[in-house]
Amino acid sequence: MYAAVCARGFRRYSTYRAATWARVITNTVFGFILAYTYLALWRVRPHLGGYDLSAALTYVWLGQALFAFLCMAGMGVLDDLQTRITKGDIAVDLFRPVDQQAWWLAVDLGRGGYQLLANGLAPMLIGGLCFDLRLPQGGALPAAATWAAFAVSVVLALLVSYALRFLVALTAFWLLDGRGVQMIYYLTCNFFGGFFLPITLFPAPLEMLARALPFVSVFQVPADVFLQRYDAVGTAAALGVQAAWAVVLLGAGRLVQARAVRKVVVQGG
Amino acid sequence: MADLTSGQASGQASGLTSGLASGFATELRHALRSYGWIVAMWTRAALAYPASFWMTTVGNMAASGMDFVVIAVIFLHTSALGGWTLPQVAFLYGTSGLTLGLADLLVGSMDQLGERVRDGSMDTTLVRPVPALAQQAADRFALRRLGRIVQAGTVLTWSLGHLDLEWTPAKVLVFVSLVVCGAVIFGSVFVAGAAFQFVMADASEVQNSFTYGGMTMLQYPPTVFAKDLVRCTVFGVPLAFVNWLPALYLLDRPDPLGLPGWFRFASPVAALLSAVVAGLLWRAGVRAYRSTGS
Repeated sequence: MYAAVCARGFRRYSTYRAATWARVITNTVFGFILAYTYLALWRVRPHLGGYDLSAALTYVWLGQALFAFLCMAGMGVLDDLQTRITKGDIAVDLFRPVDQQAWWLAVDLGRGGYQLLANGLAPMLIGGLCFDLRLPQGGALPAAATWAAFAVSVVLALLVSYALRFLVALTAFWLLDGRGVQMIYYLTCNFFGGFFLPITLFPAPLEMLARALPFVSVFQVPADVFLQRYDAVGTAAALGVQAAWAVVLLGAGRLVQARAVRKVVVQGG
Repeated sequence: MADLTSGQASGQASGLTSGLASGFATELRHALRSYGWIVAMWTRAALAYPASFWMTTVGNMAASGMDFVVIAVIFLHTSALGGWTLPQVAFLYGTSGLTLGLADLLVGSMDQLGERVRDGSMDTTLVRPVPALAQQAADRFALRRLGRIVQAGTVLTWSLGHLDLEWTPAKVLVFVSLVVCGAVIFGSVFVAGAAFQFVMADASEVQNSFTYGGMTMLQYPPTVFAKDLVRCTVFGVPLAFVNWLPALYLLDRPDPLGLPGWFRFASPVAALLSAVVAGLLWRAGVRAYRSTGS
């Protein structure tokens, strides 16, 4: 059943062609703006933070390509969940014999699949045409291994992102208007996830803080895997950390969900 | 308010049968008063959830502050970006955020027009005896957007304290015109973007490239970007007139494009032109509007 839900999530997002194009254009424009600022910085400081110029530019364009997929500035399908919580429709959903977290995860995976293809490829291609980007290197076998690790890492990143957004959406049970929490989430995730600048550029205490938080698993880890910043052991460890965060945060989501459901009963009764 | 008045002035023209100045002034007063009422209503509504209001306001402040943290981190690694120092870039950052913040506060809610077109509630707007532009500009007015204005203003004040500018009357005038004209230009982009949504209701994201994208671009020195890109902001969407060109005069810096000197003072002309174009586009948009389902 969840596979069918997932497929329909994909279909639903693919219906809005104009919205897709609009997002591709916006991501591309931002890609150019950010790429030029990175270019200016890396010209003065080549190899800053351990990235050479073309790795830094690839970092920018990867960010724009994954922007919609990872929901760096939106709730994805969880907007709907939040609206249903605010309006009270969630009471009906809770009657249904499906698990809320798993249901919405299936829809979100469908959305992600579509947005990775539709919003990811075009900005990456345009970026690749206009700038010298870095693809996985080192012969066919290591490159293929990197692509495979990147694929796993991207899926894990979506899981971590979903788990975090699910927690954010559930705050609507207590706050009713969820925009404040959403905004704070986008900020912390973008900043500590290394989306604006790689966290290796941060001052030491901030970098340590960023490493201890789950947000790097959402963006910087997959980007670093793609740029081959880890050796084989490092890659395995990085994926392990991502998977651990996904498990912990999805578990936290379940706990909060259980408490929230009890709250609904209190309100309705 | 300047951007609103000029935007409305042109939008209003359709409703005028006679060219009488007094009739026009009455219409304008009516539009502005209605705008004020709707704004007051939405503000009261927002304040009904004080926790969320303060969180979003502070969040707004932090969101725009984050861009500056990024700039600060960049300047940890270099003393100049594209040949501009930190106080100079902070000046660009402050003026860009302040002008976009003002436009966003006054007319920014117009970017949700696509939704109104899609669900048909635009019809209600058009039958009410209040100009559609005034209604849409005030629709879901969000006082929390003051957050960005306060934050950008703080950075701007800091930069002015570190720039050692010699203030002459001419410079004060250019500075004041920068803030007003910048807000008008960004406001026009919002109105034009909303007009575009009459035709493409799903494509509201495109205008983010020009508003928020434009703002991000203007936070960095023009020397950072490819010359063709800068040329587009002078001769295409006139964003360079918001702060880049006046800043060249105020901070006494050379022009990377080598444009004639008077371009630095041409922001009012650019603002007027963009307001007129936005007004015309808005009229065309309203005319092209077909209710949902038709």
